Amino acid sequence: MINWGNFVSQMFNGLVLGALLALISSGLTIIYGTLGVLNLAHGAMFMLGGYAGYVAYTYTDSFIIAIIFGSLFVMVVGLVMELVIIRHFYNRPDEDQLLVTFGIGMCMVELVRLGFGSLSLTVPAPKVLAGITSLGFMFYPTYRLALVGIIAAALLALFLVLYKTRIGMIVRAGIEDSVMVSSLGINVYRVFMIVFGIGAMAAGFAGIVNAPVVSLTPDMGDAILVQTFVVVVIGGVGSFPGAIIGGLIAGEIISITSMINPGYAYVMLFAAMTLVLVLRPHGLMGSQSRG
Amino acid sequence: MINQRRYLVEALTAIGLILAPFILPHLGFAPNTVNRILVWGLFGIGFDILFGFTGLLSFGQAALYGTGGFFAAYLLTQAGFPHVVTALFLGMIASAVVGYLVGLIALRRTGIYFAMITVAIGEVFYFVEFNPLADWTGGENGLPGVPSPSFDLGFTKFTFSSGWSLYIFLAFWYFIGIVVALRIIRSPVGAALRAIRDNPLRASAVGHNIHGYKLTAFVIAAAYAGFAGGLLGVMQAFMPPDAFMFHTSAELVMMSAIGGTGTLFGPLLGATIWLFLQDFLQAALGLGAAWKLVLGLIFVLLVCFLRRGIIGGIVDIYDLVTGKKAAREAAAEAAEAADAAGTLEPSSATASTPKLALRAREGDGYQGPILQATGLTKRYGGLAANSDINFTVNHGELRGIIGPNGAGKSTFFKMLTCEVPPTSGKIVFEGNDITGQSVTDVCQLGLTKSYQVNQLFSNLTVRENVTIAVLAAVRGKFKLDMFRRIDKVPGVTEQVNQTLAMVNLTARADTPVAVLAYGEKRRLEIGLALANSPSLLLLDEPLAGMSPRERVETVKLLRSISQGRTMIIIDHDMDALFELVEKVTVLQEGRLLVEGTPEEIKGNPIVQEAYLGGVLEQ
Repeated sequence: MINWGNFVSQMFNGLVLGALLALISSGLTIIYGTLGVLNLAHGAMFMLGGYAGYVAYTYTDSFIIAIIFGSLFVMVVGLVMELVIIRHFYNRPDEDQLLVTFGIGMCMVELVRLGFGSLSLTVPAPKVLAGITSLGFMFYPTYRLALVGIIAAALLALFLVLYKTRIGMIVRAGIEDSVMVSSLGINVYRVFMIVFGIGAMAAGFAGIVNAPVVSLTPDMGDAILVQTFVVVVIGGVGSFPGAIIGGLIAGEIISITSMINPGYAYVMLFAAMTLVLVLRPHGLMGSQSRG
Repeated sequence: MINQRRYLVEALTAIGLILAPFILPHLGFAPNTVNRILVWGLFGIGFDILFGFTGLLSFGQAALYGTGGFFAAYLLTQAGFPHVVTALFLGMIASAVVGYLVGLIALRRTGIYFAMITVAIGEVFYFVEFNPLADWTGGENGLPGVPSPSFDLGFTKFTFSSGWSLYIFLAFWYFIGIVVALRIIRSPVGAALRAIRDNPLRASAVGHNIHGYKLTAFVIAAAYAGFAGGLLGVMQAFMPPDAFMFHTSAELVMMSAIGGTGTLFGPLLGATIWLFLQDFLQAALGLGAAWKLVLGLIFVLLVCFLRRGIIGGIVDIYDLVTGKKAAREAAAEAAEAADAAGTLEPSSATASTPKLALRAREGDGYQGPILQATGLTKRYGGLAANSDINFTVNHGELRGIIGPNGAGKSTFFKMLTCEVPPTSGKIVFEGNDITGQSVTDVCQLGLTKSYQVNQLFSNLTVRENVTIAVLAAVRGKFKLDMFRRIDKVPGVTEQVNQTLAMVNLTARADTPVAVLAYGEKRRLEIGLALANSPSLLLLDEPLAGMSPRERVETVKLLRSISQGRTMIIIDHDMDALFELVEKVTVLQEGRLLVEGTPEEIKGNPIVQEAYLGGVLEQ
């Protein structure tokens, strides 16, 4: 029989994971939508955010500084990566872009492994958010509850940047038609670089805020990357709302299936993706023009 | 290139495999390393057919490698199945069946979607192996005790257990794998796969069922992966669960990219470099865990600077040393200059060339208009590109379509060839309602189009281009003649030669398309549409971008093509068009404005109004 307390608690876990996936996927999806590059190093950037935050935390003991340093560090990595390598791949075939970003991701993972070893590291939750909170009908770790709020705030910030600023307008226009945007006299390369930086920062931010929930390992990004792909396929490539909806769906599927039998979590996730591919090949919120 | 000397590659492969045990130990390769290289190499042959030849980059091949491996290992260790080779083949079949099912899902999309879906599928298989199927696969323990192959000949018994004796067994299967793969890539199916990599749009427009061929490539890759997976178990006497891991897929991709794709041998070379460096960096340089970082950096640098991998680099250096590249570039420039000067004289040959006989089709004997479109409308959101066009063309007619820019001419053509479905209306071709059919089916019925912007297979030669189109005509849209040589398909060589002669490219048959002059590319574009001897040929601005001299020659070419054929031509060169066609249709703002003979159209004040504006008022 299903234990209802357990079920609700898993629903919350699904919400936390879903929000996390939504944030990481939005980073991936705005990069793809604007630049046309699927960044296979995105999982590694998520991992990098966690480790950068870990370093900042061990030096300062401040979680806030860890968050800021972690996100900014990954943003800078993203900017440099775009400037030095990705920029030269816009006119090359899709598969070259996939190969090069995959290779970069692998180098990041191995570099971190070299510096920090393969053993897992932990970042404790900030003291105010430590412990558990009673929700009346059940107890739930306080930090996980807060995490939903933190990620929601980050998604809101991303939404405001995308929908309320000039650069966001250019990005959204670029997703629809990047040729038109460049012919309007806008320096697309600068926009591309900024978008890559923002997308990377989303992954890095997710990496550090999630660090107290999981332990850090160099290849923690692999599993997240796979889940992110499923989210993007379900939501539709290039769609910000699609990433959020897809993220929540994927998070709940993983959590609820895990409660019954963890072995089937991926099978169910995959079944959902297949269903979407059969019924709506371009994803729930995707449009045909984005391919 | 690969066809020049029969069995040369096969012979060299055999020699290489025989010599390897005598040479490689001196270079520091242990027999077990060489054996692992062979298993990767065999796994990679199938992957190269999928990625290098068909252009489908899969990050999920481990799923199929593991499936085949565990299937064979289960039969041998748990089910008490005695015969190793049979078990390997059963594993291969299991993997091919799974590959077919996976392909059905993954191939619903292409490009990055395909890559993402294959990653996800790979991960699903990994988790399924660990959990739901743990009772059969041993979960994280894998399946130990996979027996070595042995053959009892009565008087003596051969056992291929480890080291160089196992090498003989693996090298034999690698050789078989290469021979089979070479047959496949030299077959019509191989030609279709290359066409898909180069230009999927045109591959389907010349009448190939590209989805079917992609699925074929996926299943072939799955079969290779499954067999190699089985060999992995045999080699290690243990089927490891990490065969299913993402890292296995990723290493395969990296090895192939390092070695060079599209050569079949790239993965073997890549695996050699990979495993050699792994040993070298770890043992000789004492780098420990950093070896993977070094390999990663090498991989990134190779992708950045050496697009076609080590083999591609060697070919480039060879060309540079022998001066082949310079010669090719010089030839290209010469062709450009010659074509611009008009010295090639396309017309001189066309007058006497044999005409392509019209192919017998189901629609033959049908009387009445060859094409009838009624109420054809296409809307893009609020914009009506075409509205309510009624259009009829009779057998043998030569029709011209004119109209100002933005009149909807190209959209109209796209609907007629079923590249885009009409919002409403009906298209009847030779009595068949073709509305909503695919461009491939329509091409097979005998309606083709030459594109306004060249859609060629630009990495292939002129002859290969035309061959691809002719193969679709003589074999139908899908046929699995994987072991047949292209020149053994009846009628292909003749039809290719006739088509080349008709568009006067016989002398340029073995030239890569990339180095053709513009006028020649334009003629090849028409040639591709002509290759299946269509009963109705649509030409979208065949004269666009041509010099006045080229125009004259091309008009002559079009006239010679039109013998016994129905053609519809869009062009802005009205002098040329009026001279060529019998009847002209004028489109304006997505509507049919007027139809008539060239003389009627020339004198028609409405047409003048449409083009110049304000003529009526004067």
